[in-house]
Amino acid sequence: MSSWFVALLGGVLIGLSAAGLLLFNGRIAGISGIINGLRRRSSGAEWAWRAAFIAGLVSAGGLAMHLLHQATASPARLPVLLLAGVLVGFGTSLGGGCTSGHGVCGLGRFSRRSFVAVLTFMASAIVTVLLTHHLFGGAA
Amino acid sequence: MKAVLAALLCGALFGIGLALARMTDPTVVIGFLDVFGDFDPTLAFVLCGATLTTAVAFHVVTRRPRPVVAAEFLLPATRTIDLPLVLGAAIFGVGWGLAGYCPGPALVGAGAGVSTALLFLPAMIAGSIVHRVLAALFSGRKESREISGSQS
Repeated sequence: MSSWFVALLGGVLIGLSAAGLLLFNGRIAGISGIINGLRRRSSGAEWAWRAAFIAGLVSAGGLAMHLLHQATASPARLPVLLLAGVLVGFGTSLGGGCTSGHGVCGLGRFSRRSFVAVLTFMASAIVTVLLTHHLFGGAA
Repeated sequence: MKAVLAALLCGALFGIGLALARMTDPTVVIGFLDVFGDFDPTLAFVLCGATLTTAVAFHVVTRRPRPVVAAEFLLPATRTIDLPLVLGAAIFGVGWGLAGYCPGPALVGAGAGVSTALLFLPAMIAGSIVHRVLAALFSGRKESREISGSQS
């Protein structure tokens, strides 16, 4: 199978998962939102579906990576990696979503907010890669 | 119980999708973002596959009166495009470009035991806690100002 076909198939599975969570649980599959909701004091049922989704994601995704012989690490050096983590956590919490919530789900709902968010994070990520990899010669 | 099982299976499907799509490989993600350099279009297919699927499926699903194992559909109601949305997305993009991880792939990478994902994840959770604390402080101060304002 060519790599673009596998990528497309992977994307369709992600979309079906988001559709499934909406169909069964009535919720948007935004990963950052699901994690952040785990820390909030909420009912047991509310906590349980979130924890179950994350458990399925981590275990099945991790297993799939092993079966596909994927183990590529991030090229970022440790301080950059940690800074990036803080920025991703802070930014997705402030902006109310990440690639899944605003990207996969928000665009699918034709949300104007999500459209603006996706354009913004794509632009800032592209500029970041341009600066770190080309202008400052591999700071990451 | 059914709701928990459904969420578990959806999470599993999401994780398998991310791994197949190679979004779990930060070098593929950075390659996709490197539009002025060594551009790798793989993720464009992932995004198209995912959003076309949700665009069709969400339309069909939301025509139901209610979800299968929950009382109601809970969809984001906010419509305004404000500074927190744009600023938050811009900050997220910088982190995404630096490490090649967004939240889902970082979780899956940690599940596979990839060292950089295991390091990224606690930093990411710390970042969202910092935001929560700052937001609570800020709204608390605003409330107290409003209270003192109403007293005078």
